[in-house]
Amino acid sequence: MSKKRLIPKLQLRSSSYDPNRMVLVITKQFDQVIEIGDAVSQAKIYQDQAADELIFINIDKKEKNIEKLSRIIHKVSEEIFMPITVGGGVTTEEHFRILLANGADKISINTIAVNDPSFITLTSRKYGAQCVVVSIDFKKDETGEYRVYINGGTEKTDWHPVDWAVEAEKRGAGEILLASIEQDGMRQGLDIDIIRKVSEAVSIPVIASAGCGLAKHFIDGFLEGKADAVAAGTFFALQDQNFMQTRSHIKNAGVSIRVHT
Amino acid sequence: MIGIVDYGMGNLLSVYSAFDYLGADVKICKQPEELKEVERVVIPGVGAFKDCIEKIRTGGFQEALNEEVIQKGKPALGICLGMQVMAGKSFEDGEFEGLGWFDAEVTRLSPAEANKRVPNIGWNDVSYDRTVPLFRGLPAKPDFYLVHSYFMKTANAADVVATYDYSQTVTAAVLKNNIFATQFHPEKSQDYGLKILENFIEWKP
Repeated sequence: MSKKRLIPKLQLRSSSYDPNRMVLVITKQFDQVIEIGDAVSQAKIYQDQAADELIFINIDKKEKNIEKLSRIIHKVSEEIFMPITVGGGVTTEEHFRILLANGADKISINTIAVNDPSFITLTSRKYGAQCVVVSIDFKKDETGEYRVYINGGTEKTDWHPVDWAVEAEKRGAGEILLASIEQDGMRQGLDIDIIRKVSEAVSIPVIASAGCGLAKHFIDGFLEGKADAVAAGTFFALQDQNFMQTRSHIKNAGVSIRVHT
Repeated sequence: MIGIVDYGMGNLLSVYSAFDYLGADVKICKQPEELKEVERVVIPGVGAFKDCIEKIRTGGFQEALNEEVIQKGKPALGICLGMQVMAGKSFEDGEFEGLGWFDAEVTRLSPAEANKRVPNIGWNDVSYDRTVPLFRGLPAKPDFYLVHSYFMKTANAADVVATYDYSQTVTAAVLKNNIFATQFHPEKSQDYGLKILENFIEWKP
Protein backbone atom coordinates (compact mmCIF):
# COMPACT_ATOMS: atom_id res chain seq x y z
CA MET A 1 0.00 0.00 0.00
CA SER A 2 1.32 3.44 -0.87
CA LYS A 3 1.44 6.06 1.83
CA LYS A 4 0.59 9.73 1.77
CA ARG A 5 3.60 11.91 2.54
CA LEU A 6 4.27 14.56 5.16
CA ILE A 7 7.04 16.91 4.07
CA PRO A 8 8.79 19.65 6.02
CA LYS A 9 9.68 22.52 3.68
CA LEU A 10 12.93 24.22 4.59
CA GLN A 11 13.19 27.69 3.14
CA LEU A 12 16.62 29.25 2.92
CA ARG A 13 18.17 32.61 2.25
CA SER A 14 21.54 34.25 2.75
CA SER A 15 21.96 35.25 6.36
CA SER A 16 21.69 38.97 7.03
CA TYR A 17 24.63 38.65 9.44
CA ASP A 18 26.92 36.44 7.39
CA PRO A 19 26.19 36.56 3.66
CA ASN A 20 28.33 33.48 3.05
CA ARG A 21 25.93 31.39 5.03
CA MET A 22 22.44 30.28 4.17
CA VAL A 23 19.97 30.16 7.02
CA LEU A 24 16.58 28.65 7.61
CA VAL A 25 13.70 31.13 7.44
CA ILE A 26 9.94 31.21 7.63
CA THR A 27 7.71 33.55 5.67
CA LYS A 28 4.24 35.01 5.66
CA GLN A 29 2.55 35.49 2.28
CA PHE A 30 6.00 35.20 0.65
CA ASP A 31 7.08 38.23 2.65
CA GLN A 32 7.97 39.04 6.29
CA VAL A 33 10.97 36.76 6.36
CA ILE A 34 12.19 35.61 9.77
CA GLU A 35 15.50 33.81 10.28
CA ILE A 36 15.00 30.86 12.58
CA GLY A 37 18.16 28.79 12.53
CA ASP A 38 20.36 26.24 10.87
CA ALA A 39 18.98 24.10 8.06
CA VAL A 40 21.24 21.10 8.56
CA SER A 41 20.51 20.60 12.25
CA GLN A 42 16.82 21.17 11.63
CA ALA A 43 16.89 18.57 8.85
CA LYS A 44 18.42 16.07 11.28
CA ILE A 45 15.58 16.65 13.70
CA TYR A 46 13.09 16.02 10.91
CA GLN A 47 14.88 12.78 10.02
CA ASP A 48 14.70 11.61 13.65
CA GLN A 49 10.99 12.37 13.59
CA ALA A 50 10.70 10.19 10.48
CA ALA A 51 9.51 12.87 8.08
CA ASP A 52 8.83 11.29 4.69
CA GLU A 53 10.88 13.66 2.58
CA LEU A 54 12.47 17.12 2.74
CA ILE A 55 12.14 20.12 0.46
CA PHE A 56 14.83 22.81 0.45
CA ILE A 57 14.03 26.04 -1.36
CA ASN A 58 16.27 29.07 -1.71
CA ILE A 59 13.82 31.96 -1.43
CA ASP A 60 16.45 34.71 -1.42
CA LYS A 61 15.13 37.38 -3.78
CA LYS A 62 18.56 38.85 -4.49
CA GLU A 63 20.95 35.97 -4.54
CA LYS A 64 20.27 32.67 -6.29
CA ASN A 65 23.69 31.10 -5.96
CA ILE A 66 23.47 27.41 -6.80
CA GLU A 67 26.96 26.61 -5.47
CA LYS A 68 26.08 28.01 -2.08
CA LEU A 69 22.82 26.07 -2.02
CA SER A 70 24.59 22.89 -3.13
CA ARG A 71 27.04 23.13 -0.22
CA ILE A 72 24.17 22.90 2.25
CA ILE A 73 22.63 19.99 0.35
CA HIS A 74 25.98 18.21 0.35
CA LYS A 75 26.24 18.56 4.12
CA VAL A 76 22.67 17.34 4.56
CA SER A 77 23.15 14.30 2.35
CA GLU A 78 26.15 13.09 4.34
CA GLU A 79 23.96 12.47 7.34
CA ILE A 80 20.41 12.34 6.10
CA PHE A 81 19.09 9.25 4.39
CA MET A 82 15.78 10.32 3.01
CA PRO A 83 14.52 11.88 -0.22
CA ILE A 84 15.50 15.48 -0.84
CA THR A 85 13.96 17.98 -3.25
CA VAL A 86 15.90 21.16 -3.92
CA GLY A 87 14.95 24.36 -5.73
CA GLY A 88 15.10 28.12 -5.88
CA GLY A 89 16.97 29.77 -8.73
CA VAL A 90 17.41 26.70 -10.91
CA THR A 91 17.53 27.87 -14.52
CA THR A 92 20.02 25.62 -16.35
CA GLU A 93 20.86 21.97 -16.90
CA GLU A 94 24.16 22.65 -15.16
CA HIS A 95 22.22 23.66 -12.03
CA PHE A 96 20.44 20.31 -12.18
CA ARG A 97 23.73 18.50 -12.49
CA ILE A 98 25.36 20.36 -9.58
CA LEU A 99 22.45 19.84 -7.19
CA LEU A 100 21.99 16.17 -8.09
CA ALA A 101 25.72 15.54 -7.69
CA ASN A 102 25.53 17.05 -4.23
CA GLY A 103 22.76 14.82 -2.98
CA ALA A 104 19.46 16.15 -4.32
CA ASP A 105 17.01 13.57 -5.62
CA LYS A 106 14.52 15.89 -7.22
CA ILE A 107 14.80 19.43 -8.50
CA SER A 108 12.04 21.96 -8.16
CA ILE A 109 11.71 24.52 -10.93
CA ASN A 110 9.34 27.47 -11.07
CA THR A 111 10.06 30.71 -12.97
CA ILE A 112 12.17 29.05 -15.69
CA ALA A 113 9.41 26.51 -16.32
CA VAL A 114 6.90 29.28 -17.08
CA ASN A 115 9.34 31.34 -19.12
CA ASP A 116 10.65 28.36 -21.08
CA PRO A 117 8.39 25.30 -20.79
CA SER A 118 10.73 23.30 -23.05
CA PHE A 119 13.13 23.27 -20.10
CA ILE A 120 10.73 20.87 -18.35
CA THR A 121 10.89 18.48 -21.31
CA LEU A 122 14.65 18.78 -21.64
CA THR A 123 15.39 17.99 -17.99
CA SER A 124 12.69 15.35 -17.78
CA ARG A 125 14.20 13.46 -20.73
CA LYS A 126 17.67 13.74 -19.30
CA TYR A 127 17.07 12.95 -15.64
CA GLY A 128 13.70 11.23 -15.72
CA ALA A 129 10.29 12.72 -14.99
CA GLN A 130 10.55 11.72 -11.33
CA CYS A 131 13.37 14.24 -10.98
CA VAL A 132 11.46 17.28 -12.21
CA VAL A 133 9.10 18.96 -9.76
CA VAL A 134 7.23 21.93 -11.15
CA SER A 135 6.54 24.35 -8.36
CA ILE A 136 3.47 26.53 -8.81
CA ASP A 137 2.85 29.64 -6.68
CA PHE A 138 -0.59 31.11 -7.10
CA LYS A 139 -3.00 33.69 -5.73
CA LYS A 140 -6.09 35.64 -6.72
CA ASP A 141 -5.30 38.74 -8.74
CA GLU A 142 -7.00 42.12 -8.35
CA THR A 143 -10.04 40.89 -10.31
CA GLY A 144 -10.41 37.82 -8.10
CA GLU A 145 -9.09 35.36 -10.71
CA TYR A 146 -6.55 32.73 -9.71
CA ARG A 147 -3.24 33.25 -11.45
CA VAL A 148 0.23 31.72 -11.32
CA TYR A 149 2.95 34.07 -10.06
CA ILE A 150 6.66 33.72 -10.72
CA ASN A 151 9.89 35.28 -9.44
CA GLY A 152 9.11 34.59 -5.81
CA GLY A 153 5.48 35.56 -6.15
CA THR A 154 6.24 39.03 -7.53
CA GLU A 155 5.32 38.64 -11.19
CA LYS A 156 1.88 37.73 -12.42
CA THR A 157 1.45 35.39 -15.39
CA ASP A 158 -1.55 34.62 -17.59
CA TRP A 159 -1.72 31.01 -16.42
CA HIS A 160 -4.48 29.66 -14.20
CA PRO A 161 -2.84 27.23 -11.74
CA VAL A 162 -4.90 24.25 -12.96
CA ASP A 163 -4.13 24.91 -16.64
CA TRP A 164 -0.46 25.40 -15.88
CA ALA A 165 -0.29 22.14 -13.90
CA VAL A 166 -1.85 20.25 -16.82
CA GLU A 167 0.59 21.88 -19.25
CA ALA A 168 3.55 21.11 -16.95
CA GLU A 169 2.53 17.45 -16.84
CA LYS A 170 2.21 17.36 -20.61
CA ARG A 171 5.71 18.82 -20.89
CA GLY A 172 7.18 16.08 -18.71
CA ALA A 173 6.92 17.18 -15.06
CA GLY A 174 6.98 14.29 -12.58
CA GLU A 175 5.36 16.06 -9.69
CA ILE A 176 3.55 19.33 -8.91
CA LEU A 177 4.30 21.40 -5.81
CA LEU A 178 1.50 23.87 -5.10
CA ALA A 179 1.79 26.90 -2.85
CA SER A 180 -0.89 29.46 -2.20
CA ILE A 181 0.78 32.84 -1.73
CA GLU A 182 -2.13 34.18 0.31
CA GLN A 183 -2.18 31.23 2.69
CA ASP A 184 1.61 31.04 3.15
CA GLY A 185 2.55 31.20 6.83
CA MET A 186 -0.98 32.14 7.89
CA ARG A 187 -1.80 28.80 9.55
CA GLN A 188 -5.42 29.11 8.41
CA GLY A 189 -5.47 26.00 6.22
CA LEU A 190 -4.59 25.07 2.65
CA ASP A 191 -6.36 26.36 -0.46
CA ILE A 192 -8.31 23.13 -0.78
CA ASP A 193 -10.29 24.15 -3.83
CA ILE A 194 -7.29 24.69 -6.11
CA ILE A 195 -5.49 21.66 -4.68
CA ARG A 196 -8.41 19.38 -5.46
CA LYS A 197 -8.85 20.80 -8.95
CA VAL A 198 -5.19 20.27 -9.73
CA SER A 199 -5.15 16.77 -8.20
CA GLU A 200 -8.12 15.79 -10.33
CA ALA A 201 -6.71 17.34 -13.48
CA VAL A 202 -3.27 15.67 -13.49
CA SER A 203 -2.14 12.07 -13.09
CA ILE A 204 1.25 12.86 -11.51
CA PRO A 205 1.63 13.30 -7.72
CA VAL A 206 0.60 16.63 -6.21
CA ILE A 207 2.25 18.15 -3.14
CA ALA A 208 0.03 20.72 -1.44
CA SER A 209 1.57 23.44 0.69
CA ALA A 210 1.14 26.81 2.38
CA GLY A 211 -1.30 27.35 5.19
CA CYS A 212 -1.11 24.41 7.57
CA GLY A 213 -1.57 25.39 11.21
CA LEU A 214 -3.38 22.34 12.58
CA ALA A 215 -3.29 18.57 12.02
CA LYS A 216 -6.78 19.01 10.56
CA HIS A 217 -5.38 21.12 7.71
CA PHE A 218 -3.16 18.22 6.61
CA ILE A 219 -6.13 15.86 6.79
CA ASP A 220 -8.17 18.27 4.63
CA GLY A 221 -5.33 18.37 2.11
CA PHE A 222 -5.30 14.58 1.82
CA LEU A 223 -9.01 13.78 2.03
CA GLU A 224 -10.63 16.80 0.39
CA GLY A 225 -7.74 18.16 -1.63
CA LYS A 226 -6.78 14.61 -2.75
CA ALA A 227 -3.12 15.58 -2.51
CA ASP A 228 -0.47 12.87 -2.40
CA ALA A 229 1.69 14.86 -0.03
CA VAL A 230 1.37 17.90 2.16
CA ALA A 231 4.37 20.12 2.80
CA ALA A 232 4.67 22.71 5.54
CA GLY A 233 7.34 25.13 6.69
CA THR A 234 6.06 27.25 9.54
CA PHE A 235 4.00 24.43 11.06
CA PHE A 236 6.96 22.17 11.72
CA ALA A 237 9.61 24.84 12.28
CA LEU A 238 7.89 27.11 14.74
CA GLN A 239 5.53 25.15 16.89
CA ASP A 240 6.83 22.43 19.05
CA GLN A 241 4.78 20.11 16.89
CA ASN A 242 5.45 16.48 17.34
CA PHE A 243 5.53 14.67 14.06
CA MET A 244 4.26 11.48 15.66
CA GLN A 245 1.26 13.29 17.07
CA THR A 246 0.38 15.00 13.81
CA ARG A 247 0.82 11.68 12.04
CA SER A 248 -1.48 9.88 14.48
CA HIS A 249 -4.18 12.50 13.93
CA ILE A 250 -3.86 12.03 10.19
CA LYS A 251 -3.90 8.23 10.45
CA ASN A 252 -6.93 8.29 12.74
CA ALA A 253 -8.78 10.31 10.12
CA GLY A 254 -8.39 7.33 7.77
CA VAL A 255 -5.46 8.53 5.67
CA SER A 256 -2.88 5.88 4.75
CA ILE A 257 0.32 7.30 6.20
CA ARG A 258 3.62 5.88 7.43
CA VAL A 259 3.72 5.54 11.20
CA HIS A 260 7.31 4.75 12.06
CA THR A 261 7.88 3.20 15.44
CA MET B 1 35.95 -2.68 -0.16
CA ILE B 2 32.64 -1.81 -1.81
CA GLY B 3 32.77 -0.27 -5.27
CA ILE B 4 29.99 2.01 -6.49
CA VAL B 5 29.81 2.01 -10.27
CA ASP B 6 29.99 5.58 -11.57
CA TYR B 7 28.95 5.50 -15.20
CA GLY B 8 28.13 9.20 -15.09
CA MET B 9 24.49 9.35 -14.05
CA GLY B 10 22.49 9.77 -10.92
CA ASN B 11 23.02 10.60 -7.32
CA LEU B 12 25.99 8.56 -6.14
CA LEU B 13 26.66 10.73 -3.13
CA SER B 14 23.71 9.41 -1.13
CA VAL B 15 24.68 5.78 -1.74
CA TYR B 16 28.30 6.57 -0.93
CA SER B 17 27.38 8.50 2.22
CA ALA B 18 25.11 5.72 3.45
CA PHE B 19 27.86 3.06 3.22
CA ASP B 20 30.37 5.48 4.70
CA TYR B 21 27.97 6.25 7.56
CA LEU B 22 27.72 2.50 8.24
CA GLY B 23 31.50 2.34 8.55
CA ALA B 24 32.10 0.41 5.33
CA ASP B 25 35.16 0.82 3.15
CA VAL B 26 33.65 2.29 0.02
CA LYS B 27 34.88 3.88 -3.19
CA ILE B 28 33.36 5.34 -6.31
CA CYS B 29 34.62 3.54 -9.42
CA LYS B 30 34.83 5.86 -12.42
CA GLN B 31 36.88 3.37 -14.46
CA PRO B 32 35.85 -0.22 -15.20
CA GLU B 33 39.32 -1.49 -14.14
CA GLU B 34 38.67 -0.24 -10.61
CA LEU B 35 36.01 -2.93 -10.19
CA LYS B 36 38.77 -5.54 -10.11
CA GLU B 37 39.99 -4.15 -6.80
CA VAL B 38 36.70 -4.26 -4.93
CA GLU B 39 34.98 -7.18 -3.22
CA ARG B 40 31.43 -5.96 -3.66
CA VAL B 41 29.75 -4.03 -6.43
CA VAL B 42 26.89 -1.53 -6.22
CA ILE B 43 25.06 -0.32 -9.31
CA PRO B 44 22.99 2.75 -8.46
CA GLY B 45 20.89 4.58 -10.99
CA VAL B 46 18.50 7.38 -11.54
CA GLY B 47 17.23 8.47 -14.91
CA ALA B 48 16.24 6.82 -18.14
CA PHE B 49 17.06 3.20 -19.05
CA LYS B 50 18.41 4.02 -22.50
CA ASP B 51 20.98 6.56 -21.23
CA CYS B 52 21.96 4.28 -18.39
CA ILE B 53 22.69 1.18 -20.47
CA GLU B 54 24.38 3.26 -23.17
CA LYS B 55 26.72 4.81 -20.62
CA ILE B 56 27.44 1.42 -19.06
CA ARG B 57 28.40 0.12 -22.52
CA THR B 58 30.36 3.09 -23.82
CA GLY B 59 32.17 3.42 -20.51
CA GLY B 60 33.35 -0.19 -20.82
CA PHE B 61 31.48 -1.22 -17.71
CA GLN B 62 29.45 -4.02 -19.27
CA GLU B 63 32.44 -6.36 -19.77
CA ALA B 64 33.91 -5.40 -16.40
CA LEU B 65 30.62 -6.06 -14.61
CA ASN B 66 30.09 -9.38 -16.36
CA GLU B 67 33.57 -10.43 -15.39
CA GLU B 68 33.43 -9.37 -11.74
CA VAL B 69 29.82 -10.23 -10.97
CA ILE B 70 28.92 -13.12 -13.28
CA GLN B 71 32.27 -14.88 -13.69
CA LYS B 72 33.95 -14.12 -10.38
CA GLY B 73 30.70 -14.09 -8.41
CA LYS B 74 31.27 -10.92 -6.39
CA PRO B 75 28.18 -9.88 -4.41
CA ALA B 76 26.29 -7.20 -6.34
CA LEU B 77 23.58 -4.78 -5.36
CA GLY B 78 21.44 -2.92 -7.88
CA ILE B 79 19.31 0.03 -6.83
CA CYS B 80 16.28 1.34 -8.75
CA LEU B 81 17.44 1.84 -12.35
CA GLY B 82 20.54 -0.12 -11.33
CA MET B 83 18.17 -3.06 -10.81
CA GLN B 84 16.29 -2.50 -14.07
CA VAL B 85 19.46 -2.55 -16.22
CA MET B 86 20.03 -6.10 -14.97
CA ALA B 87 16.97 -7.19 -16.97
CA GLY B 88 17.16 -8.63 -20.48
CA LYS B 89 15.02 -5.93 -22.01
CA SER B 90 13.32 -2.63 -21.22
CA PHE B 91 10.35 -0.96 -22.88
CA GLU B 92 11.04 2.49 -21.47
CA ASP B 93 10.67 4.92 -24.42
CA GLY B 94 11.38 2.20 -26.97
CA GLU B 95 12.95 -1.21 -26.71
CA PHE B 96 16.43 -1.64 -25.29
CA GLU B 97 18.61 -4.52 -24.29
CA GLY B 98 19.92 -4.64 -20.72
CA LEU B 99 22.69 -6.61 -19.02
CA GLY B 100 20.53 -9.73 -19.14
CA TRP B 101 21.40 -10.97 -15.64
CA PHE B 102 17.73 -11.62 -14.99
CA ASP B 103 15.33 -13.18 -17.47
CA ALA B 104 13.06 -10.19 -17.15
CA GLU B 105 11.43 -7.26 -18.90
CA VAL B 106 11.04 -3.70 -17.67
CA THR B 107 7.59 -2.29 -18.33
CA ARG B 108 5.57 0.71 -17.29
CA LEU B 109 3.53 0.68 -14.10
CA SER B 110 -0.16 0.31 -14.93
CA PRO B 111 -2.08 0.44 -11.66
CA ALA B 112 -5.73 -0.58 -11.98
CA GLU B 113 -7.04 2.27 -9.83
CA ALA B 114 -7.16 5.69 -11.43
CA ASN B 115 -6.05 7.44 -8.24
CA LYS B 116 -2.71 5.63 -8.29
CA ARG B 117 -0.22 7.95 -9.90
CA VAL B 118 2.71 7.25 -12.20
CA PRO B 119 5.55 7.85 -11.38
CA ASN B 120 4.93 6.31 -8.02
CA ILE B 121 6.79 8.58 -5.66
CA GLY B 122 6.75 7.76 -1.99
CA TRP B 123 6.73 5.19 0.77
CA ASN B 124 5.12 1.80 0.33
CA ASP B 125 4.98 -1.16 2.68
CA VAL B 126 6.87 -4.08 1.26
CA SER B 127 6.29 -7.83 1.71
CA TYR B 128 9.44 -9.91 1.56
CA ASP B 129 10.81 -13.42 1.78
CA ARG B 130 11.94 -13.85 5.38
CA THR B 131 14.53 -16.47 4.50
CA VAL B 132 16.62 -13.94 2.56
CA PRO B 133 19.52 -12.75 4.75
CA LEU B 134 19.46 -9.28 3.18
CA PHE B 135 16.17 -8.60 4.97
CA ARG B 136 17.40 -9.72 8.36
CA GLY B 137 16.35 -7.47 11.25
CA LEU B 138 13.40 -5.82 9.52
CA PRO B 139 9.82 -5.68 10.84
CA ALA B 140 7.03 -7.58 9.09
CA LYS B 141 6.02 -4.88 6.60
CA PRO B 142 8.69 -2.22 6.43
CA ASP B 143 8.09 0.99 4.47
CA PHE B 144 10.59 1.81 1.75
CA TYR B 145 10.95 4.81 -0.51
CA LEU B 146 10.28 4.33 -4.20
CA VAL B 147 10.48 6.66 -7.16
CA HIS B 148 9.71 4.99 -10.46
CA SER B 149 7.48 4.71 -13.52
CA TYR B 150 8.80 1.35 -14.74
CA PHE B 151 9.37 -1.94 -12.99
CA MET B 152 10.93 -5.33 -13.57
CA LYS B 153 8.79 -8.36 -14.45
CA THR B 154 10.76 -11.59 -14.19
CA ALA B 155 10.09 -14.77 -16.16
CA ASN B 156 10.99 -16.86 -13.11
CA ALA B 157 8.82 -16.11 -10.10
CA ALA B 158 11.55 -17.51 -7.87
CA ASP B 159 13.80 -14.52 -8.64
CA VAL B 160 11.38 -12.17 -6.88
CA VAL B 161 12.03 -11.86 -3.13
CA ALA B 162 9.96 -8.77 -2.32
CA THR B 163 6.88 -7.09 -3.73
CA TYR B 164 4.56 -4.22 -2.95
CA ASP B 165 1.00 -3.50 -3.87
CA TYR B 166 0.16 -0.58 -6.13
CA SER B 167 -3.21 -1.88 -7.23
CA GLN B 168 -1.00 -4.30 -9.14
CA THR B 169 1.78 -6.41 -7.66
CA VAL B 170 5.09 -4.64 -8.22
CA THR B 171 8.51 -6.29 -7.96
CA ALA B 172 10.36 -4.62 -5.08
CA ALA B 173 13.47 -6.81 -4.93
CA VAL B 174 15.06 -9.67 -6.87
CA LEU B 175 17.74 -12.15 -5.91
CA LYS B 176 19.71 -14.63 -7.98
CA ASN B 177 22.87 -16.27 -6.66
CA ASN B 178 25.23 -13.38 -5.81
CA ILE B 179 23.03 -10.66 -7.30
CA PHE B 180 20.53 -8.73 -5.21
CA ALA B 181 18.62 -5.69 -6.39
CA THR B 182 15.93 -3.41 -5.07
CA GLN B 183 13.46 -1.17 -6.85
CA PHE B 184 13.25 0.95 -3.70
CA HIS B 185 16.05 3.19 -2.47
CA PRO B 186 17.66 1.77 0.69
CA GLU B 187 19.91 4.85 0.87
CA LYS B 188 16.76 7.01 1.07
CA SER B 189 14.68 4.81 3.36
CA GLN B 190 16.05 5.90 6.72
CA ASP B 191 16.82 3.16 9.27
CA TYR B 192 15.19 0.22 7.44
CA GLY B 193 17.11 1.11 4.30
CA LEU B 194 20.38 1.36 6.20
CA LYS B 195 19.63 -2.06 7.68
CA ILE B 196 19.53 -3.57 4.18
CA LEU B 197 22.82 -1.92 3.23
CA GLU B 198 24.35 -3.20 6.44
CA ASN B 199 23.11 -6.71 5.58
CA PHE B 200 24.63 -6.34 2.11
CA ILE B 201 28.02 -5.42 3.61
CA GLU B 202 27.99 -8.70 5.54
CA TRP B 203 26.24 -10.83 2.91
CA LYS B 204 27.92 -14.10 1.96
CA PRO B 205 25.96 -15.50 -0.98
